[in-house]
This record gives sequence, structure tokens and C-alpha cells, in this order.
Amino acid sequence: MTTLYLDNLGVVAPGLSDWPGAAKVLRGEADHLAEPLKLTAPELLPATERRRSSDSTRLALRAAEQALSLEAAQRLQPAAVFSSAYGDPTITHKLCELLSGTPPMASPTLFHNSVHNAPAGYWSIATANPMTTTSIAAGDESFATGLLYAAAQVVAEQRPVLLISYDLPYPKPLSEKCEVSAPFASALLLSHQASAQSIAQLSLSLDKGPETIMDLPLESLRRGNPAARALPLLAILASASGECLLPYLAEQRLHITVTPCR
Amino acid sequence: MKPLHISAYTTVSALGRGNAAMLEALRAGKSGLQPLHFPPAELKTYVGFVEGLEHEPLPEELAAFECRNNRLARLALRQDDFEQQVAALRERHGASRVAVLIGTSTSGILNTELAFRRRNEAGELPVEFDFVHSHQLSSLVDFVRRLLQLQGPGFTVSTACSSSAKVFADAWRLMAAGLCDAAVVGGVDSLCLTTLYGFNSLELVSAEPCRPADSQRNGISIGEAAGFAILEREPVEGSRGQLLGFGESSDAYHMSTPHPDGLGAVEAMQAALARAGLASSDIDYINLHGTATPSNDRSEDRAITTVFGTNTPCSSTKGWTGHTLGAAGITEAIIAMQCIEHGLMPASLNTRQLDPDFGSTILLEQRETTVNRVLSNSFGFGGSNCSLIFGGRNDHPLP
Repeated sequence: MTTLYLDNLGVVAPGLSDWPGAAKVLRGEADHLAEPLKLTAPELLPATERRRSSDSTRLALRAAEQALSLEAAQRLQPAAVFSSAYGDPTITHKLCELLSGTPPMASPTLFHNSVHNAPAGYWSIATANPMTTTSIAAGDESFATGLLYAAAQVVAEQRPVLLISYDLPYPKPLSEKCEVSAPFASALLLSHQASAQSIAQLSLSLDKGPETIMDLPLESLRRGNPAARALPLLAILASASGECLLPYLAEQRLHITVTPCR
Repeated sequence: MKPLHISAYTTVSALGRGNAAMLEALRAGKSGLQPLHFPPAELKTYVGFVEGLEHEPLPEELAAFECRNNRLARLALRQDDFEQQVAALRERHGASRVAVLIGTSTSGILNTELAFRRRNEAGELPVEFDFVHSHQLSSLVDFVRRLLQLQGPGFTVSTACSSSAKVFADAWRLMAAGLCDAAVVGGVDSLCLTTLYGFNSLELVSAEPCRPADSQRNGISIGEAAGFAILEREPVEGSRGQLLGFGESSDAYHMSTPHPDGLGAVEAMQAALARAGLASSDIDYINLHGTATPSNDRSEDRAITTVFGTNTPCSSTKGWTGHTLGAAGITEAIIAMQCIEHGLMPASLNTRQLDPDFGSTILLEQRETTVNRVLSNSFGFGGSNCSLIFGGRNDHPLP
């Protein structure tokens, strides 16, 4: 059993543009109106970087800036874990398109934005934060894997860690090989000790059993994007307490128990 | 920190298959770089190419994972009795208590690049192209977990050229938090158009074999490699050495250019020394990131002189292997281990005239001498820095 504290959070998806609004939808107090998401550049990014920022960086950082203001990021200097199954699908598409020419070509901006840790790089530049970041991938289990690793880092280092989980749809023709239905990102600011900011205590353990699912239409979103596998956790956070089982490696489940702190 | 014990390791690179081939090439000063012959790529450059992968198909039950990167991973796992060592590891700890953490920058992207060139008139990809099992970053860790029959925590780390250095830090954290008792860490990156043409578009690829720390250095030689190591809390019979410390940082400066004074590199090296409980004078040799780009080598030299002064022997081994990107961390970790086990400090291969602005002691001749501790640097795009400190099997750095 691993125990830690959630101090703040953010979420970005079609019809879920911030945490307070998403919490109402998740509690059933508002309908889920899944309008296409307009990925504007995060406020956090310096003006020079906004224009060049890729979809994945915009999505990840818009979730991150809900969980942590620039001021709080600079004061707390959390480490960061970015978890994504697919990275930036649009950049992969554009690069493979250019590379399929005769002769093959590439663009410098596309290439440096193509690395899986591009959102992490922009995050550290935007917040002038020298703390370590990492960028991981674990397929459909990327959210639970990222959460468990971030929890290990919180416990091992006794420092706050920001977990950002995100995935986006592929354009054609890759969408025929790998279907992601809609963009989804969440950000969880995790801490080893309870404080006045703490929203909830999270207890994590490995378990078996059927994974927790959502009611429609959110269930389509959950199934359609690896990062949206966070939804059952977000739902119990919205209702202050509860338990859920998220898909994890080797047919196991990540069992999460949420206890409110305020 | 309490050191982690390295029970076994293995490597495949342009220097050959297995640890002995690497050691022999290092001792002989024999570079693995050769002119690029990798159609449809047509760049005038040298690469660290792994020969013979076309003769190493994956076993039938794992055929869905077929790609150059996974072939390279499997080839390395079959060297140096590594699979047998993992079997013993499974016996000691149980499959579910052994983590698998593997770094890569591009996984099996070559399959997607080639599939795009074979789209039909309707723009559709070939039917047989399996994106999820080849290109997807987690393909690599999924493949290795299946091959080694391990079921502990597992993920792919992809932080560009620091990827397979950071897996050592991740393993330590997972063990410290009690989520596993041992880990197989590693890194695999293979030649692809994305990195060849991507680095070329940034004007960072040299037309000749790379010349780290040279006054005329003009870019990297890309290489491919795979390497793996077993990490455990306690030594076992035949343990090879120890991870004494690690340090990580972010430059928070620029996506593809290091901080000019190497501030992020300084923080990573100082953090590694602090975790190990060591002073800079306790390090006998530094294996540099040393990519042979003008900006990397200059900023790393400044960082080294800031932390170590000017006397600690340093060299880059990119002149042997090329820059193996997401596999650079593990490849150079294994070089560090070999230096300690065999009493070797490699020279900076291909360096003809040392950059006169450099302050650090770059080795222009190989040294055969006792090496107790090595610091190895890996820095990546996005300002992702990681420094590792290795010691011999009987080292006791902390009081």
C-alpha cells in the first residue's frame, strides 16, 4: 500500500475544460456537452514559445496550469512525470509524411517537438524549474503506470510531484491503425504529507477484478483514450470519496482509495 | 543513498555483440563507425551500424512485435548469458517483483516511416503494418517483459538522449518505495529516418566520423545500440559493480540547445555526487556525453570544470559507438562498468586537435590504471540531464 496526498488537479477534454466544471459533470449535476476541443496555447508558455508549441504540449500544459499556477510552480518546484501512450500524433504524421518524400526531408521544429519529452521541456522552460522531469509510456495502462511511478517518486524523495497524463487522436491514415477518439489530459499535484492544500488522501495498491467503468457518454471517452482511463478516479474525487480499479499491467488493477482531507 | 548492485549486464552496438567485443574494441582503439548505407536514407555521414539484424527474426509467438528496434533488443538479451541471469533473478524474487524499465527515443518508428512510403493510391497504409506492436513507445517494454517473462512494474522512458540513463534513477525510486525488489533496466535505439534527417535538419550531423572535443568538431555520428543491466538491493555471487549515485535536472533553457554554461549539467553532476556521498575528487574518470556538436561539448566542458576543476580525466566514447541516442545512457553505463572491472580509461577517439578553449583533462591517450569510480553523463533535448556514478562491486562510499 502506497499512501500520498492530492493537493490540486486539472483536466482538459471535450466538454471538460477545467476541474470545477468537470467535477459538476462527474457528479451528474451538469450534462456532458462534448464540443470539439479548441487547443489554444497555455497562458504559462512565454509568448515566443506559444506559436511553435505542438498540440501535445498545449494539451498537457493546459492541464498542468490548472493544477499549479506559475507562482506555485516556482515556489514548490515539483518534479514532473509526463505519461502518454502516443506522444504527439500530429507531429508523427507530419514527420513521416515529409520523410516519405524523395529525397526524405525533415523540419527542425517538427523534429525537436517530436521527442516524447517535448511537453516536459516546455514545462520546465515555462516555469523556470530546474527539477527533474521524466516522460514515460505504457500503452493503454499509461495513466495507472504514471500514477504509480509518480507515487513512488513522492514516497522515495519526499517531494511534490506533478503527474501529467495526456493523449490525442491520430490523423489519417494512422488513425486506421490506432484509434484515439478525443483529446484527454489530466494533471495531479501529489505530495508526501497532508497540508492545508490537500484535497484528498490516495491509497494505492495492486489488485484483481473488473475495472471500474463510467456511465455513458463518459464511458466512450474513457475507452477511447488511454489518458481518459483516469476518469473513474476523477469521478470519485468529484464526489469526495470512494474506490476504483484502473487497468494496470499484466491483467492487474491499480486499486485507488480516496479519502477527503477537507 | 544505499547503492544498488549490478548483477549482470550486456550490450550490442557497432562495436559488436556482447561485453567482450566492446572491451576489445575499446582497448584496440577501433571505431565502429562506417559510412551510412541504409536505404532509402542518402546522407553523407558515418553511423554506428549493428550488422546482421536482417538475420535475426523474432520468434513466431512474438512476430507481431517485428521491427528493427525489437530485433536489436532481443539480440542484446541473448548475449553474455543475460537471459539465464534473468531466469535466476526470477527465481530469487518472483516475476511480479522485478521491474522492467527501458529507454528509447524512437522505438520502432522505422516501420511507420517505411509504411508511409508504401501507402496505396487512396493514401492507406499497408494492411500488414502493425503500428501498436512496433512503433508505439511501449512496444519495446512490452516485448522485453514478454521475452523475459517478467511482470513487475514496467514502462518505456523516452526523454531523448537521457532516456536509458534515467531508468537507473527510476529503478532506485521503485525499489525505495517498495514497489519492486529488482529491476532489469536498459535502452534500445535503432537507425531510422526520423533521427538521421531530423538531426541533419538541425545541422547537427557530421559528414565525417564524429570528433568529440576537437577544435574542428562539426556534429554527431548517429549510432544504434541496445544494452541491459540487472539491478538489485543486495549483491549476488558474481555481482559486477554498483550504482552509487544519480542526479537529474532540467536546463529550463531551450528545446534543442544546452545552456551555454552547462548549468543543468552542473546540477545533475552535483546531485549525483551528493546522493553518492562523494566529493568530486572521489571520481577517477568521467565518461562524457561528448556528442561532438560545438555547443554540447563546450557547455559540458564548462560544467565539468565548474564541478571537478581541471584535473579529472575525461573522454567521450561516441567516436567508437556513435551517438546511440536513447541507448546512450545504458551503453555508456556499461562502458563505465567495463572501465572499473578492467582498469581502463578510454581515449577520446577521433580527437586530433583538442579545442584550445577547453579546461578539462580530455584523454588523448588511453590509460590502463586502477579505476574505482566513474561518472557518466547523458543529456537530451528538452534540457533533460542525467548523471550516474558507478563503483566496483566492493566499493563502500558512504560511511
